[in-house]
Amino acid sequence: MLSIHCPNCGITAEETEFHAHGEAHLTRYGPGSTDDQFESYLFMRRNPKGVHFERWRHQNGCGKWFHVARCTMTLEVFGSYSAQTYAPPQEILDHIKDRRPGWNEGTT
Amino acid sequence: MSKPVTALGGASDATGIATVTEMGPMGMITLRGDLSVKAVTKAAVAAGGVTMPDQRMCNTEGAGGIAWMSPDELLIMCDYEHVHAKLADLQGKLAKEHALAVNVSDARAVFRVSGPHTREVIAKLAPVDMHPGSFTPGMFRRTRFAQVAAAFWMVDDQTAQIICFRSVAQYLFNTLNMAAQDGSLVGHFSKA
Repeated sequence: MLSIHCPNCGITAEETEFHAHGEAHLTRYGPGSTDDQFESYLFMRRNPKGVHFERWRHQNGCGKWFHVARCTMTLEVFGSYSAQTYAPPQEILDHIKDRRPGWNEGTT
Repeated sequence: MSKPVTALGGASDATGIATVTEMGPMGMITLRGDLSVKAVTKAAVAAGGVTMPDQRMCNTEGAGGIAWMSPDELLIMCDYEHVHAKLADLQGKLAKEHALAVNVSDARAVFRVSGPHTREVIAKLAPVDMHPGSFTPGMFRRTRFAQVAAAFWMVDDQTAQIICFRSVAQYLFNTLNMAAQDGSLVGHFSKA
């Protein structure tokens, strides 16, 4: 079971109080994009064994969205951060690199 | 005005290790807006009759109170009879603000769990650290009770007040009673 921290209300609770909503930091291709780009946005998702960035919502709590970085293999949670961002903040990346020395952003 | 009817008509069960009672009717107003704006909190304080609570806290005094629900939401509590007047006053004060106030008194059900094992009954249902040193009176928590969303706070060390949607009132009442049924005492918090 994951223990997740909500950066909006400051509560740390187990995962059943939250809900996962899939991969984070997608580029939302819309009108004007190519069919391939649109297809990739709609259907193609990473499915890494290891570090993964996800969107979560504090479903049974404050109701707000945020991001979580976690490991899909060990279920280690590296940290959570604001939903109002296009990329993970540096301290989260530093922490992941600390925990997973071989990991490279973009490869998973 | 017609007579207010609570979801379960004030049902109560004291047969188990804690007493579960439906409260109410209670006046409740949901206020959404930017809580860093002075006019919003000032209007809330005037309606709730208590000072502005900190994050994840709740201030109550008699029937009045304010609970911190989320970074942009407050729950204002008052007497059921006064809710329309309070709401009209609140909406007047917030006319120029980007804020929303709604009377949710009849859309919610309120329960009270009381007795020395209240913490244990709640700990069985909600993913909350109910240790007396962790969850103290005055803290407010939105969470889930088994399968439904609810919010609660400790009125005192042996009494918890729970707010849930009216549509799940019967479920929550049954679930609380099941968690409090006779012979189900674990004694987790009394060991400490």
